[in-house]
Amino acid sequence: MSTSLRNSGFALAAAGLLVGGIALALFWAPEDADQGFSQKIFYVHVPIALTAYACFGFGAWKALRLLWTGEARYDLESYTAIHMGVIFGLLTLVTGSIWAKISWGHWWTWGERQLVLFLILFLFYSAYFMLRYSIEAGPRRERNSAVYALFGAALIPVSFLAVRIAGTILHPTIFTHEGANLPGEMLLAFCICLAGVLALAATLYRVELAGKRVDASLRELRELLA
Amino acid sequence: MTTAEKYVTAAYLVLLGAVLVYLVIIALKVARLEEEVSDLIRLARERRGG
Repeated sequence: MSTSLRNSGFALAAAGLLVGGIALALFWAPEDADQGFSQKIFYVHVPIALTAYACFGFGAWKALRLLWTGEARYDLESYTAIHMGVIFGLLTLVTGSIWAKISWGHWWTWGERQLVLFLILFLFYSAYFMLRYSIEAGPRRERNSAVYALFGAALIPVSFLAVRIAGTILHPTIFTHEGANLPGEMLLAFCICLAGVLALAATLYRVELAGKRVDASLRELRELLA
Repeated sequence: MTTAEKYVTAAYLVLLGAVLVYLVIIALKVARLEEEVSDLIRLARERRGG
């Protein structure tokens, strides 16, 4: 299958799953007994947050592959995944703040460990770009960026498990080791939304990676023709 | 529209807005790449001609 066909497939899957998932979430899934209609933010906020974790994890995995094999192509793949992770991380913070405002009456609260740990994770990976562009392009930059991306991976489970470890009252815990704490309709709508956001991230990743590769090839071509 | 509906709409619009902004960025990038390719073709033709 050609790359453009695969990209189109991802884009179509993302569009279909997102439209279907959002329609199910808004019009089919029952309203939460406690939070009412505002709980519908869950279907966009949680999939975006999980996608951000997935992107950071994928970026760290590519970084590990770079350090393991020494193949330069993993550097661009790791960088692109982290780029996507930062975008989805920012969206998590924004949608989370909107949900916090309607549920708790505050845009942000420093008392919630999961929020603060997610912010730390987001800032850590935002700083990745500063590190990356402070070093001249080449194997040294690739290695340093990969080591940094791998360090960040340690924060992912800490951030994800923080709410369970902390046992906080404000931030709800939906998924526990006993399973999903949701009725079937809500869980189905959530799973479709999650698949849609993951497909969207995969599409953006592939488009961004293709753009960066074309950019690099053109730079090389320009040097050859100079 | 209730307050809850306004907040839910805002959250969903954030995602839609992000996708649209990304689309604009990609469109600008494609336009820049197109320009660069044209430049390189011109450069290659000049070198071939010279």
